[in-house]
Amino acid sequence: MSVKTLTLRVRLPFEDHTIDFKESIPLSGIIALFGPSGSGKSTLLRIIAGLENRGNLRLTFNGEVWTDTNAGIFLPPHKRPIGMVFQDDRLFTHLSVAGNLEFADKRSPTVENPITMDQVIEALDLLTLLNKSPSTLSGGEKQRVSLGRTLLTQPELLLLDEPLSALDIRRKAELLPFLEKIPREFGVPAIFVSHAIDEVARLADEVILLSPDGHVSARGPIPEIFDTQEMHDFTGKFEAGTFLQATVTAQDANFQITTLDFEGEVMRMPMVASLNIGDRIRLRIRARDVAVAISRPEGISIRNTIAATISEIKAEPETAFAEIIFTVGTQSLRARITRQAVDELGLKVGQEAFALIKSVSFDRRVMISALG
Amino acid sequence: MVDLSPLWLTVQLAGTTTFFLLLLGTPLAWWLANTRSKIRPVIEALTALPIVLPPTVIGFYFLILLNPNAPIGRFWVDITGETLTFSFTGLVIASMFYSLPFMVQPLQTAFQAIGRAPMEAAATLRASPINAFFTVAVPLSGRGFLTAIVLSFTHTIGEFGVVLMVGGNIPGETKVISIAIYEHVETLRYAEAHQLAGGLMIFSFIVLMAVYTLNRRFPVHVG
Repeated sequence: MSVKTLTLRVRLPFEDHTIDFKESIPLSGIIALFGPSGSGKSTLLRIIAGLENRGNLRLTFNGEVWTDTNAGIFLPPHKRPIGMVFQDDRLFTHLSVAGNLEFADKRSPTVENPITMDQVIEALDLLTLLNKSPSTLSGGEKQRVSLGRTLLTQPELLLLDEPLSALDIRRKAELLPFLEKIPREFGVPAIFVSHAIDEVARLADEVILLSPDGHVSARGPIPEIFDTQEMHDFTGKFEAGTFLQATVTAQDANFQITTLDFEGEVMRMPMVASLNIGDRIRLRIRARDVAVAISRPEGISIRNTIAATISEIKAEPETAFAEIIFTVGTQSLRARITRQAVDELGLKVGQEAFALIKSVSFDRRVMISALG
Repeated sequence: MVDLSPLWLTVQLAGTTTFFLLLLGTPLAWWLANTRSKIRPVIEALTALPIVLPPTVIGFYFLILLNPNAPIGRFWVDITGETLTFSFTGLVIASMFYSLPFMVQPLQTAFQAIGRAPMEAAATLRASPINAFFTVAVPLSGRGFLTAIVLSFTHTIGEFGVVLMVGGNIPGETKVISIAIYEHVETLRYAEAHQLAGGLMIFSFIVLMAVYTLNRRFPVHVG
C-alpha cells in the first residue's frame, strides 16, 4: 500500500500566541503530535478533520485540497475519509453499542477489502458489549467502542485526540494494547495527539514535537527525537532519558527475568512473558536511573553493568547535577549524576567507564515496544 | 345537550397550530441554539414577545395586519377568495405567533444541551448535517420535543384574547371553546358553561397525564 501524504499549513491566532504550523507528513504507522497543553495540538487535529475552519489554512490529503482559505475551498467533515476518536468517547447515548457501530457501518463508503463489523468486534473484544447502552460502560470500554465505530467508517486516516487522557491508570493500561495494535492490524495510519510522554513512547513511530507557542520544534523517529535537546527542554531533566534497542536472548521463568543483548553486552530485566527469543525491543532508560563506575563493581545487586565510552559531559552549573552521555556501539545512554561525583571520579570525555542500570528501572508497561 | 362543536374546533385549531409551529419552530430553535450571529438576541426577543404581551395586543396587531385592506390580508383574499380575519386560517396564523415561544424555547434548550460534540462525532462518521440532525439531534432531544408539543398544544387551547380579536365568534369557524364558555357565561347559561369548562378541564388533565405517563414509561435518553 502506498504511503499517502498530508500537507498542512496553519496560521491561526490561538489563546495568547499564533499557531504557525507548516508540515508535510507522510502517513505511515502512528505519528504522535506531542506538545504541552495549549500548544494547539487538538486544534490541528480538528482542522484536519474539518471540524475547525478558522485562521488561514491550507490542507491537502494525497494531493487533494481539503481546505484552502485563500481559494475558498472547504470540504465538509462528513466528506473526508477520516476517522476521529475524541478525548470524550462521544458515543450516541440513544443507541446501543451495536447501534453505534451500525451508525458508522451504514454510512461508510464502498471500498475494496472493507473493515467488517465482525473484524472490529473481534479485534476490540466488543462481543459482550453489543447489547449494552453506552452509558453503562467503563471509560476504557467506551473508547474501545468509539475506536471500533471509527474503524467502520473505512477511514484512510485515524485521528486520535488524547483518547487516553480521560481514563485512570488501570483503564489506560487496558486500552493501550488496543490503540497499539489497531492501526497496524487494519493498515490505517494514525495521528495521535498527546501530552503524556509514556503514551507517545509506547504508541508512536514518529513524533512531531510542538513548542508551547505552536511551532514544530523537532520531528523524527521516536528514538532520535527523544534524544534531542528540544525534547529534554520539554520533558524536563527528571524524565530525560534515552531509547535503546536490544534483542531478547533468553527467558528465565524461574527467576522471572528476560535477558537481552544490547550491543554485545548482557542486560536483564523483569520478565515480559509476551516476548519471544530473537525479538527486537525498544527500552527507555531514564538518565536518573543510571549510575557511573570507573571500574567494574563487584558484589553489587545491580544486574546491568555496561562497559561504555563517555562521549559527552554536560554540567549544569546552576544545579548539583551533570549529565554523562555514553556511547555503546552505535547507541547512546545517559546518566544523571552529581557534578561532585564527576569531579571526584575524575570523569573525562573519551574515558572508558561502566554504566550501572538498575534492573527495576525497566518499566515494561510503558517503556517497551515491540518493533515489529 | 350542549353543542360540542367548539371543543372539536379547539382541538383542530391547537393541532393545526402545533403541527405548523413544529415545522417552523424546529429550524428556528436549531438556528438560535447554534448561531453566533449578532442578530440572535433580536430574534430571541421577538420570539419571546408573546409571553409578555397581553393577548389583546397581539390580536389587535394581527387584526390590522390580516384585514382585507392590509397588503397581507388583501393578498390572501386575491389568491383564495377568503379573508384571513374572522376565519380559521387567520386564527391558525395568529395562534402560531401566540404560542411560538412555547415551541421554540424548550427546543432551543434541548438543542443547546446536546451541544456540538455529538454532531461533530456524527460528521466524522459520514453523516451529513441534515442526516445528523434527524438521526442524532432529534432522538437526543426527545424530551424537548415532547415538552414543546404539549406546551404549544395546551397553550393554544387556552387562548382567548387573540381569538376574540382576530376570529370573533363564528360557529364552526372561529368559535373555540374559550369563546363559547365566555358566551354562555355572558348570557347566564351556566349549565352549558359548566359542561364545556368541565369537559375542557377533564380533557386537558387526561392529555397531560398521558404525556407524563408516556414520559415515564419511555424515558428519553439525554446526554
